[in-house]
Amino acid sequence: MSEERVLFEHEAIGRTLRRLALEIVDATRGTERLALVGIRRGGVPLAGRLAALIAETEGKSVPVGTLEIALYRDDAATAPPDPKIGPSHIDFPVSGRDVVLVDDVLQTGRTVRAAIDGLLDYGRPRRIWLAVLFDRGGRELPVAADFVGRAVELAPGEKLLVELEGESDRAIVRSKS
Amino acid sequence: MSSQRHLLGIRGLSRAEVVSILDQAEVFFEVSRRPVRKVPTLRGKGVINLFFEASTRTRTSFELAGKRLSADVVNISTSTSSVTKGETLLDTVKTLEAMQPDVIVIRHSSSGAPHYVSERVGCSIVNAGDGAHEHPTQALLDAFTIRRAKGTLDKLVVTICGDVLHSRVARSNALLLSLFGCEVRFVGPRTLLPRDVGGYDVKVFDRLEPALEGADVVMVLRIQRERLDGALLPSLREYSKTFGIGPRTLAYAKKDAIVMHPGPMNRGVEIDPSVADGERSSVLDQVEAGVAVRMAVLYQLAGEGGDAHGAAAS
Repeated sequence: MSEERVLFEHEAIGRTLRRLALEIVDATRGTERLALVGIRRGGVPLAGRLAALIAETEGKSVPVGTLEIALYRDDAATAPPDPKIGPSHIDFPVSGRDVVLVDDVLQTGRTVRAAIDGLLDYGRPRRIWLAVLFDRGGRELPVAADFVGRAVELAPGEKLLVELEGESDRAIVRSKS
Repeated sequence: MSSQRHLLGIRGLSRAEVVSILDQAEVFFEVSRRPVRKVPTLRGKGVINLFFEASTRTRTSFELAGKRLSADVVNISTSTSSVTKGETLLDTVKTLEAMQPDVIVIRHSSSGAPHYVSERVGCSIVNAGDGAHEHPTQALLDAFTIRRAKGTLDKLVVTICGDVLHSRVARSNALLLSLFGCEVRFVGPRTLLPRDVGGYDVKVFDRLEPALEGADVVMVLRIQRERLDGALLPSLREYSKTFGIGPRTLAYAKKDAIVMHPGPMNRGVEIDPSVADGERSSVLDQVEAGVAVRMAVLYQLAGEGGDAHGAAAS
């Protein structure tokens, strides 16, 4: 049996996203060199939402890409093949840009390490930033996010699920009882 | 049967397994179009290409597929004459197996050779063409090409034209396309058509025009000159006149039909140069798809191989 509780509702997540968008544009000094790359799969809708918010406030659209990191995982050669992988899609040159990697939850940092390797195969960005909606701690690599929506404390066995694609946004904690 | 996974033929694959390979091939197709065409996924894994039959494109394609996944790739070409059969083949494979590869890719002129080997080794075996039996990665890359061009594989009309009798490409394609409810048609001189098409869901034609009527895909097979010696064909000129795909005959197919050829082409024999180079030709798309599909196959097999080796050693 598993138990679920809602951690954040639609309004709270909306406010967090607006703040993240402002922080990103502020740190990268405008949108001129800015690009967002969502890490598959949780980071993809989030990158789209942030890009829309940035376009709304700045009046300029920024390029958005998606990155599949399964091929770069540190256990890729020994883990069973992942049946759910999908194509990366980065159709703009990343060289010289401020590229913000976007993911929903930061925990061990292994996904981010893989994403940095993957992104570098597309070119040499001026700087790579990291934006996450939730930082739940539990790092296994020396990785820190530049933009954090919310820091949350969860027990090791608890799972944080972020739903950004449906009718209303939700963050749910699922724990085994 | 060992617990090891192999790709020996299309026969035995389910529709879902085919779709899974094609979906993953989309990921690797994108990799091959990046500035850096390499991912570290199979670092430390070994792939041996063991070709007992001449091949440039299939061998190169498997080699690039392995290298773009960061596997260590070794190519071995053995002329058929130096190999007798049975024990010698197995000895060769056993020797290579002792070097701890994860995957051995085999092409052999004897039908069933990869299957025979797969039951006696601990690594994954990929069939890269065995006699007149199967050529599964060719059928998969053809399916990938068709799906990209047509948007779907379901319920298409596919005409396979030429030396169907000796063609492992025709066989594997017919098996794969039937999983998707396609209407598969074989057409060619009667001497080059299989007498018994039991087990396949295909229609057989001995005239080109009705076979092409309404086709979404026209697959042209290579006419091998050695068939002339066996008196299965009167002359290449006559073949070209009767069964060659040119602008006139292609007009019977659908307006948006694509033309495929597994290569190497005999220009002016089974296919007119204007069609081979025309805008409906998918020949070079097939070659590009080949690397992506083979990357997907190696990804699926070599990842599992690591576990099996570990289990066997403990």
